[in-house]
Amino acid sequence: MDLIVNIVLGIIVAATPLVFASIGELVVEKSGVLNLGVEGMMIIGAIAGFAGTIETGSFMVGILAAIIAGAAVALLFAVLTQTLLANQVATGLALTLFGLGLAALIGQSYSGKSAPDFPKLNIPGLTDLPIIGPLIFGQDGLVYLSFALVAGVAWVLTRTRTGLIIRAIGENHDAAHAIGYPVVAYRYATLLFGGACAGLGGAYLSIVQTPLWVENMTAGRGWIALALVVFAAWRPWRSLLGAYLFGGITIIQLHSQALGLQVEPQILAMLPYLATIIVLVLISYDKAKARLNAPANLGKTFFAST
Amino acid sequence: MTISKSLKAAGIAVFAAMLGAAGAVAQDKTKVGFVYVGPIGDHGWTYQHHKGLEAVEAEFGDKVETTYVENVSEGPDAERVIQQLAQQGNDIIFTTSFGFMNPTIKVAKRFPDVKFEHATGFKKADNVSIYNTRFYQGRYIVGQIAGKMTKTNTIGYIASFPIPEVVMGINATYLGAKSVNPDIKIKVIWVSTWFDPGKEADAAKALVDQGSDILMQHTDSPAAIQLAEQEGIYAIGQASDMKTFGPNAQLTSLIDDWAPYYVERVKAVIDGTWETSDIWGGLANGMLKMAPYSDKLPEDVIALAKEMEEKIKSGEFHPFTGPLNKQDGTQFLADGEVISDEVLLGMNFYVEGIEGSLPK
Repeated sequence: MDLIVNIVLGIIVAATPLVFASIGELVVEKSGVLNLGVEGMMIIGAIAGFAGTIETGSFMVGILAAIIAGAAVALLFAVLTQTLLANQVATGLALTLFGLGLAALIGQSYSGKSAPDFPKLNIPGLTDLPIIGPLIFGQDGLVYLSFALVAGVAWVLTRTRTGLIIRAIGENHDAAHAIGYPVVAYRYATLLFGGACAGLGGAYLSIVQTPLWVENMTAGRGWIALALVVFAAWRPWRSLLGAYLFGGITIIQLHSQALGLQVEPQILAMLPYLATIIVLVLISYDKAKARLNAPANLGKTFFAST
Repeated sequence: MTISKSLKAAGIAVFAAMLGAAGAVAQDKTKVGFVYVGPIGDHGWTYQHHKGLEAVEAEFGDKVETTYVENVSEGPDAERVIQQLAQQGNDIIFTTSFGFMNPTIKVAKRFPDVKFEHATGFKKADNVSIYNTRFYQGRYIVGQIAGKMTKTNTIGYIASFPIPEVVMGINATYLGAKSVNPDIKIKVIWVSTWFDPGKEADAAKALVDQGSDILMQHTDSPAAIQLAEQEGIYAIGQASDMKTFGPNAQLTSLIDDWAPYYVERVKAVIDGTWETSDIWGGLANGMLKMAPYSDKLPEDVIALAKEMEEKIKSGEFHPFTGPLNKQDGTQFLADGEVISDEVLLGMNFYVEGIEGSLPK
């Protein structure tokens, strides 16, 4: 029983960075922008969060630094693609490379240091309960935040006017513009939100999961977050599910090896990706439905001629 | 008029002299290239190779010009990078990961005048030398330490890829542990990567959850040792001294010291005496060192480890000495027989006693 609880705890830790990064990118893509620079924003968030924590000794400062740094990188993307109308795919890829390089540069003086342990919720009585205690009442604050964020995004996108406008811009920016909505301003806002979330996801890695800084420590998680958005068919709760599925398969395959199950680890390592591909095939099987899922103007440059 | 003319002539002369000097310098400088599989900041494998590069620079100063490319993934990308370094006129190129073997051999064929050195592989050519360290020597020692120090009789081992290099490390660790603790078990998790701190930490956590109280790894980041520190258990460092990540957790570490080798090989290129070679160093020649033993270790365990270090150094003891059986029970070393390097370099089986199956 303890082992199962531990496995679930491991899954939560592995999934949370993906939840943050993918929910941010989901909002960005809902507004019709494709930012492939998630990996770059994550790694900048990772180093900013780590540096902030080390310099001030305060996790709050570290987390804020990560949010601001992620948003700052996203701002760069916004200026390039929304104001200067650069190609989104190329800019996003460049942003990833830029982020990895810049983070390595900033991080030079931080490699070899360890951050203190991140505090976890501890409610006397509740946290001590068997099984549900550690699972529900014993997480770190960022895990609760990640759930709140997904709930918030789901609510805003489907139940509020702001969400309606974001979706309208993503579906048809020319029409939204004609009605009088400030397309570029909204896209700046969603991009900044996406950057902040990616930064937070990176900080979760460098402060909570492995409290240290090493170059390239995001190791491709930004790309997985991008895939999860498609996997989720641009639906917030499904992106959370996807992140947990991905984290779950990763952790379970590690445990199954330690338990000595006779399965080739290469196959296990492949499983999360395999599951993603299968779901992608399933959701795009029906072309009409696939078109309904994806924002129609995703990745298209908007230029207001009038 | 004459003054300006002579000035002009003088100017040309100076310019020509400068050109000549620049040309001479360019010819004199030996260009050295390095290809790294991870980032220098990994504080493990690549970090140690880069220390070797720095030693080369310190030794030869202006006489050499070094270039390195980090984060080169094993595979087609490596070939492109190695080719580029060769085209840039490097005289000698060190490719520092097992997966660079085939790309190195391929590029070496196209550049017969460039000298290549490939770490941890087994394919040679006229202009390709190979060099490696007998990490298994150190792993036998840390196996003994782990066997003495574990309370749960379970070692947790994070492995990268099932290549002979890694497999012999697991076997050596197990044999070392078994020699002092007959009840020892070793749990191995293959993470299919050399460098992914998040995944290494996840694997370390899984091992701890399943009863391991000593962690060791054949991956390149300090994530596992840091997790051991958090969990209040022990760990063994990898490739470099990782004490800063686990001041209480690290019992010792295997340290790769490539610097003397790199200096020697670059010197050979400068002197024009470079020849194809096949070096497999270890404790004896200093390519492998043990980090200072932790004060958490009891005196007798330290004494045991030091004694074993000496025995291996002197050649009195080889970790793979028969009688030894493969996992399936078939004997591969008769009583008293010492394993040949050839068998060791192709090791693709677990020794008897290790549970779980080795991935193919």
